[in-house]
Amino acid sequence: MKNIIDNINKAFDHRIRLGIMSILMVNEYADFKMLKEMLGVTDGNLASHVKALEKEEYIRIEKQFIERKPNTRYSVTKNGKVAFEKHIEALEKLIKK
Amino acid sequence: MRSTKIKHNFVFQSTFNMDSKDYLKDITEIKNIMNRSSRFISLSGLSGILAGIYALIGAAVAYYLVLNNDREQLILGSTIFNYILIDLFFVAFFSIVTAIIITTRKAKKNGENFWDTSSKRLLINFLIPLVTGAVYILIKLSSHHHGLTGSLMLIFYGLALVNASKYTIGYIRYLGITEIILGLICAMLPGYGFWFWVAGFGFLHIIYGALMFYKYER
Repeated sequence: MKNIIDNINKAFDHRIRLGIMSILMVNEYADFKMLKEMLGVTDGNLASHVKALEKEEYIRIEKQFIERKPNTRYSVTKNGKVAFEKHIEALEKLIKK
Repeated sequence: MRSTKIKHNFVFQSTFNMDSKDYLKDITEIKNIMNRSSRFISLSGLSGILAGIYALIGAAVAYYLVLNNDREQLILGSTIFNYILIDLFFVAFFSIVTAIIITTRKAKKNGENFWDTSSKRLLINFLIPLVTGAVYILIKLSSHHHGLTGSLMLIFYGLALVNASKYTIGYIRYLGITEIILGLICAMLPGYGFWFWVAGFGFLHIIYGALMFYKYER
């Protein structure tokens, strides 16, 4: 029991962070607008959760210009992928209990 | 003393139950967002099973055609060859139409767009190896190298799936790898191309579709 709880990752223990990771797991990348629309959150709120995930090195941020407009792309890192898969596994095990 | 212990136990149990309800909500949310942001999961299951059945019917038709034809050789330009091409075309056509109908219906039910960024990316990445393969096979056929057609179809289709799998979760990648392996084995066993084709496009699709249906759509 304790083992499974250990695998529950605190970094993902929030609805918005869970959402960001879910989107990035199945998309090569997503920009800020796509994340915002999918999750229905405010700019500030999304930015703070993105920052938290970046700090853990679960996601990577690339800044670039598209037609002279700044555009920020987010993608999941290898670490992030592994950690999120573990998290889902732990969730599934807990439900089956 | 006893009553406090029971009370304590009760509190523990109820918090645990609340937590596990939250975890269930988390999982549902993850599946939901993954589905909404990438279309392919909903494209799987049922359409995979149907694509497999179409392939089996198509193969049966081709088998019947070849069996009832002892005069003509199976080469490019012969009537029988054209019939088989038409047969193949119908299999592909019905598989794609079925996939589109099932996916649009599902997308509509969830109030989404079928044609969005993720489905575009998926399609483009799927088509690059597939069209390359199709053109290559046609070039080989036009120079009368038709021995490895079954193997080549399996390999290029497998590569297309692996390439598209970047935009999905689940087992598409493994389906692709299995098709590639099957194609390579098929290349080592000339003369059995037809049966490998039946296994790869018929049975593998049905097995894969049933697995996906069981896992995500039940």
